[in-house]
Amino acid sequence: MKPAPFDYRAATDVADAVALLGEGAVHAKACGGSQSLGPMLNLRLAQVERLVDVSRLDALQAISLSDDRLRIGAAVTHARIEDGELPDATRGLLPFVAKGIAYRAVRNRGTLGGSLAHADPSADWVATMRLLDAELVLAGPGGERRVGAGNFFLGPFTTVLEADEIIVAVEVPIFSGRARWSYRKTCRKPGEFADAIAAVWLDAECGIARAVIGALDAMPHVIAGAEALGALRSPGAIGRALDAAGVEGDYEREVHAVMLRRALNDVLPA
Amino acid sequence: MKTITLHVNGHEAGAPVESRTSLADHLREGLNLTGTHVGCEHGVCGACTVELDGVPVRSCITYAVACEGRRVRTIEGFDDDALMAQLREAFSAEHALQCGYCTTGMLVTAHDIVRRLPAADESRIRLELAGNLCRCTGYRGIVRAIARVLGERRAGAPDAA
Repeated sequence: MKPAPFDYRAATDVADAVALLGEGAVHAKACGGSQSLGPMLNLRLAQVERLVDVSRLDALQAISLSDDRLRIGAAVTHARIEDGELPDATRGLLPFVAKGIAYRAVRNRGTLGGSLAHADPSADWVATMRLLDAELVLAGPGGERRVGAGNFFLGPFTTVLEADEIIVAVEVPIFSGRARWSYRKTCRKPGEFADAIAAVWLDAECGIARAVIGALDAMPHVIAGAEALGALRSPGAIGRALDAAGVEGDYEREVHAVMLRRALNDVLPA
Repeated sequence: MKTITLHVNGHEAGAPVESRTSLADHLREGLNLTGTHVGCEHGVCGACTVELDGVPVRSCITYAVACEGRRVRTIEGFDDDALMAQLREAFSAEHALQCGYCTTGMLVTAHDIVRRLPAADESRIRLELAGNLCRCTGYRGIVRAIARVLGERRAGAPDAA
């Protein structure tokens, strides 16, 4: 299908993007590579009056490493992450996740910030950024503000982004040399949205023990703390975790249980 | 309507376009390059795959206006490309096409696989092809064709570019 008519504006910088989004009563939306919003527009599930392209902004392309954080510009593509263009702060987790997103032709255009702003509960970056408790840097008319991934998503396809705000960057913590992680997902066909996602990050040096159940009807479910993770090994615990995550249906419970078990087996001593 | 200029297959191409027009529709209807095929129009089937600034993209979910000033290569732009000539021959020899609808997208993807993943084995080829749907061949011929080209190039065949 073809999208309903809209006006397209390429922002020249962050302030311009914010101004174009906030102008009058125009229903405007920011877009990166249009790999999530494009299908929505083409299917007319989304209709906008104005598309504000932020994909070419230098400020959103930057990647930088500080003592404890890796900052990734919102318009960095999945392919750039897959190809290891950023410092290996997560012991290979980010490139691994990137490689599993959709198809290479999509990854060449799709952006980290675009995926998070779209907030599909089955999206890989949504689950990953919850696992990492990443911080999103947002820019609006009043300047910048920071929001943790736990507070950024309000529900499926819904975030705290105001109509005139954009994501500038995402900051993820740096793993210690002893960190262990697992990211498991199952798809009916490689590249499709996952039926089930389970991810675990253990980092004793940083005091981190966290698991995420993703690809739910709701946003990812987080299980935090070494004790809570260890308890998942006891009989019936996986089922109770799925109850808490609101997983219903025989097939859904089965695939989520298998993913979670495999992810735990990957990182926890038997 | 906005007038945009793209660098298509080595030539500058200026043409008016609506903001909502996909790159695929612009190539086909604005520039008469009908080798790019439109299938699902939401990024799933891969029929519309073209090169944008040297890498494959979905032209059905990329808007033409967003490509202002950029390099686009469609299947028509690969006429003189040695690797593509090798792929065309292998596709023919291995029966990698029947109706031809997916073929131009398949070839652009295959071109990327051979350049980016010279060591790819059969399972990697299949994984990389997951984003290009074919409803005629059952994929076996396509996978064999790509594997043949990779093998020829690894063996340093004299006609490898």
